[in-house]
Amino acid sequence: MTLRRLAVYAAALLLSAWVLVPILLIALAATTPREHLYRWPRPLLPERLSLETLAFFVRQEAVLAALGNSLGVAGLTIALATLLGAPAGYALARHRFRGREALQLGILATKMFPATVLAVPLAVAFLRWGLYDTLLGVALVHTALSVPFVTLIIASVFRGVPAELEEAAMSLGASRVAAFVRVTLPMALPGLAAAAIFTFILSWNEVFAATLLTVDHRTLPALLVHSVVAEGAPLHYRYAGGLFLVVPALVIIFVIRRYLLTLWGVTVR
Amino acid sequence: MREQPDGPRRLPPGVLTPYLLALPAVAYLAVFVLYPMLQAVRLGVTDAQGAWTLEHVRRMVADLHFWPAVRYTLWITALAVPLQLALALCIALLVNTRFPGHTVFLYVCAIPLAVSDLAAGLIWLSLLTERGYLNAVLVQWGVLRIPFNFLSYEHPAWLVGAIVTTEVWRATAIVMVVLVAGLQLVPRDYLETAAVFGASRWQTLRHVLLPLLRPSLQTALIIRTVLALQLFATVVTLSGRLVPVLAGETYFWYSLYRNPHVASAYATLVLLLSALFTWVYLRTLRPEWEGA
Repeated sequence: MTLRRLAVYAAALLLSAWVLVPILLIALAATTPREHLYRWPRPLLPERLSLETLAFFVRQEAVLAALGNSLGVAGLTIALATLLGAPAGYALARHRFRGREALQLGILATKMFPATVLAVPLAVAFLRWGLYDTLLGVALVHTALSVPFVTLIIASVFRGVPAELEEAAMSLGASRVAAFVRVTLPMALPGLAAAAIFTFILSWNEVFAATLLTVDHRTLPALLVHSVVAEGAPLHYRYAGGLFLVVPALVIIFVIRRYLLTLWGVTVR
Repeated sequence: MREQPDGPRRLPPGVLTPYLLALPAVAYLAVFVLYPMLQAVRLGVTDAQGAWTLEHVRRMVADLHFWPAVRYTLWITALAVPLQLALALCIALLVNTRFPGHTVFLYVCAIPLAVSDLAAGLIWLSLLTERGYLNAVLVQWGVLRIPFNFLSYEHPAWLVGAIVTTEVWRATAIVMVVLVAGLQLVPRDYLETAAVFGASRWQTLRHVLLPLLRPSLQTALIIRTVLALQLFATVVTLSGRLVPVLAGETYFWYSLYRNPHVASAYATLVLLLSALFTWVYLRTLRPEWEGA
C-alpha cells in the first residue's frame, strides 16, 4: 500500500467517523438509563443499556399524537405534491411549448423562498380561512415547499423513459392517455416512489412552518421545539426526541441509498 | 409529439396540453408562495387597519435582540459556509479518486441529508452539554479537571462555535452532492492532459478542476447561504435565545409576543438578504463562458 493510498483511507475514515459518531452517541444517550446521564463523573460507556427513556418518551400522549400528526401531514403532502407536481413535470419533460423556459425558471425561483418567509403570512391567512392549527394547513405549506422539488424530480424521471415507446404504443392505436397509463407510467413508478420519499423526508423534517402553524395539533418537530423552548424539557426527553426524529429518516435513506445522489442532485441543479 | 394543425383558424389539438398540465402547480405556487411572500412585505409595513406605516420596522430595529440577531446570523453564515465548502470539496475529491469502498464512503457522507436541523441540534446537544460526551472524554483524558460549559451565555464565542460545528456537520452533505455531481461532468481527458504536461496534483486542482467546478461552487454557495439565513432549530436547541438569529426572532415575535407584523418585518428582512446574496453571487461568480 502506497503512502498516498494510506492517506486517502485515513482521510475517508476520519470523515466517516465525523459523520457517524454523533449519530451513534445520540442513540447511546437515548438508551442510557436516566440516572446515568446525570451522574458525574460520567463513565464513557454506561454499564447497561435500557429502553426506559424511549418508552417514557413514546408513552406520553402528546408524543403519540404528534407522531400521528407528523405521519398524517407527510401523507397529505405526498398526495398533494404528487398530484400537482407530476403533470407539471410531465409537461416539462415531454412537451416543447412557449414559456417552457420561464416555467422551469419560475419553479427554480420558488425553491428559494424559505418556510421562514412563508410561515407568518400564511399563519395570518389560515386564521381567517379556518386552516390554522390543522393538519391540512401544515400539509398545504409543506406542499408549497415540496412542489418545486417534486416537479423537477418527476420531470427528470419522465425524461428517463424513452418517448419512442409512448409513440410506438400510439402508432399501434393506443390513445395518448392509454399510452401514458400502460407504457410510461409503469416505467416511471420507481422514480415517482423516489419523489414521494423525498417529499416524506422534507415534510417529516420541516420545523419552522409546523411550529408556527400549530398549537394543539403539533407535528413531532413542532412538539419538540415547543417543549425545549417553552417548557425546558429535560435532557433525556430531548435525546429520545432526537433519536425518534433521526431513525425513520435514516431507515429511508438506507433503503434508497442507490438513488440518493441522483435524487438530491436533481433538486440542487 | 404534436399533431398537425387541421385549419389555419383553429388551435391545433394538443397545443394547450402542456399549459393545462402545468396550470395546477403554477396556480398552487401563486397562492401558497407568491401571495404569502407579498403578504409578508405588506404585513410588515401596514397596521391593523391596512394603513401604511413604518412602526413595525422601527419596533424591530429598536428591539434589544435586533442587532445581535443580524450580527450572529451573518457571523454564523460567514463561518459555516466556507467551512462547508472546504470540507465538501475534500469529500468530493476523495470520492473522485475512486478508491475501493468510495461508494460506501459517499453514502456515509450523504447521511446528514436526511437529518433535520432540529435533530442535528439535539444530537450535538448530547455531545456539547455540560455533562455531555465531549466533557466526559476531556475530563477522562485529563484535558479538563472539571466539565466546561460550552453552551453558556458567559462564552458566546463557544456557543457560536457549537452552532457552526453543528451546521457544518449537518449541511456539508448537500454541498458535497452539488460538487460530486460537478466533478462527474469534468472530462477525464482534461485530467490526463494535465498529467501528460507534468502538472502536479495541486496544479491540476488549482488550474483545471476548480475553474471547471465554478458553476457548481456558485450553486452550492447560493443554496447554502440562503439556507444559513433561515437558521432556526439548531440555534434554538443549542442556545435557546442566548444567540438570537433572524429566523428565531421571527418565531419569538409571532409565537411569544403574538405580533405578526414585526414577525413579518423579520421575515421580509430574511427575504431581502437572501435576494441580495444571490444577486451578489450571480454577479461576482459568473462563469466566463456559459457551461453546464
